[in-house]
Amino acid sequence: MTEKIILAGFGGQGILFSGKKLAAAGMDKDLNVTWLPSYGPEQKGGTCNCSVILSDGDISSPIISSPDILIAFNIQSYDKFMPRIAPGGMLFADSTLIDKKPDRTDITSYFIPATEIANEMNMNKMANVVMLGFFIAKTGLFDRDYFRSCITDSLPASKAALREANGKAYDAGVSYAEKV
Amino acid sequence: MSKVLIKGNEAVAEAAIRSGCRYYFGYPITPQTEIAEYMAKTMPKVGGLCLQAESEVAAINMVYGAAASGVRVMTSSSSPGISLKSEGVSYIVGCDLPCVILNVQRGGPGLGGIQPSQSDYYQATKALGHGDMHLFVLAPSSVQEMASLTSDAFTVADKYRMPVLLLADGALGQMMEPVDFDKISFSNPPEKPWAANGHGGARKKNIITSLYLKPEELEDTVLKRAEKYKLVEENEVRYEEYLCGDADIIIVSFGITARISKSAVNEARKNGIKAGLLRPITLSPFPSKKLRQLADTASAFLSVELNMGQMVNDVRLATECKKPVYFYGRTGGSMPSSEDVYEQILAINGGMKK
Repeated sequence: MTEKIILAGFGGQGILFSGKKLAAAGMDKDLNVTWLPSYGPEQKGGTCNCSVILSDGDISSPIISSPDILIAFNIQSYDKFMPRIAPGGMLFADSTLIDKKPDRTDITSYFIPATEIANEMNMNKMANVVMLGFFIAKTGLFDRDYFRSCITDSLPASKAALREANGKAYDAGVSYAEKV
Repeated sequence: MSKVLIKGNEAVAEAAIRSGCRYYFGYPITPQTEIAEYMAKTMPKVGGLCLQAESEVAAINMVYGAAASGVRVMTSSSSPGISLKSEGVSYIVGCDLPCVILNVQRGGPGLGGIQPSQSDYYQATKALGHGDMHLFVLAPSSVQEMASLTSDAFTVADKYRMPVLLLADGALGQMMEPVDFDKISFSNPPEKPWAANGHGGARKKNIITSLYLKPEELEDTVLKRAEKYKLVEENEVRYEEYLCGDADIIIVSFGITARISKSAVNEARKNGIKAGLLRPITLSPFPSKKLRQLADTASAFLSVELNMGQMVNDVRLATECKKPVYFYGRTGGSMPSSEDVYEQILAINGGMKK
């Protein structure tokens, strides 16, 4: 099993954080994992992305030319990476920020208004965690509760409120997945 | 502690500190700045010093001074910054001082780009400074190795009193992978009776210099150093051999491209082509003896590099041109896929590649 995942959006949306959580969750399940950020001038206030590979075998290159899964948080990332999704792959898009639908029939597309859901809960910065809940529920890549604890436990115990908020955001994504 | 998910750059910094390195001098440059960041955060906690110098030249000369005083010390940079350090590196070699230097390579020449590259192979293995000199050059190919080879680098540097260069690239520096520090053995800094440090007049003074105005004296130091290099070549050559025993086509590749090549080898094996991989871990000294042996059993070699063909010439020398040696590479920050490398294997196998 090998999953090649690209997460992409604006700097500040928690793209790199989300990728790290996926990689760390895989590492704790004894998978081989790599996490590679885009680095360079494009990160300064612009778009940002990271590549995460999870595999039960050796990982040759951390660079992904054709992802199995794209998690997109803005239209630029959608335009850049959607055409590159491998046939049979999956698209996860934040429909609050992406108003396009792919014309490809060889991929499965999932939409969630993650930013809107997070805003409604007064958790503006947590659209990424809403998305992760939705993503895990739809793909079953990890056990839902296990991955929830990966997110909450990675936050310091002294920040109990933050842990609770992240948990809530995650649950909102999971419930949305059950509805659509 | 079991495995931690950590960037290659951070793995080097953490491993250096665990190796007893207490002095870091550097100057920021992408894609290796996380090292300075990690050192700045961690060194004060362990009683060490992290100093951002005014330039790369200043940083390497601070390393020069610290190494002369007998402490474990390192610097790091990326390609253009490494070029700036080369004068200081030569002085350090001329004084037979141990230190560790990391080059997280980016594309060149000039300012070039900031994406991964292996285009400093010649500089690293042939002439990272003027004079009759070599460095001991280690090429990690995973984040785990970024850490473990850092430990080896300090050990070898002290054992032979020579600078050790870790030759990595932007991908290895920037990517995160699990690292198990418990699996790495770290050596303690040895006694250094030659060091120029304070002794309260208790012994004769130690003089550390690279200046010898009498030709016979200078020749003597160079000859002694050449003896040392011979010893290093006998004892310290490292490589990873993968399915080479019965291989017809052997890929020679180091660092990040060795991983990509390994996938291509697996693909070839699946399709009935006997391919193998020889991954040099020491680039200087080069695993020439091993390659010479393999030239008797293999029918062709393919050097895969992130440059226009540099190590390929060392492969030709090592195999004494007994078998054809082909080259495949990308440069400027581009990275081949394992499919690209597999196509090269197919072409060689079909006798199509020129």
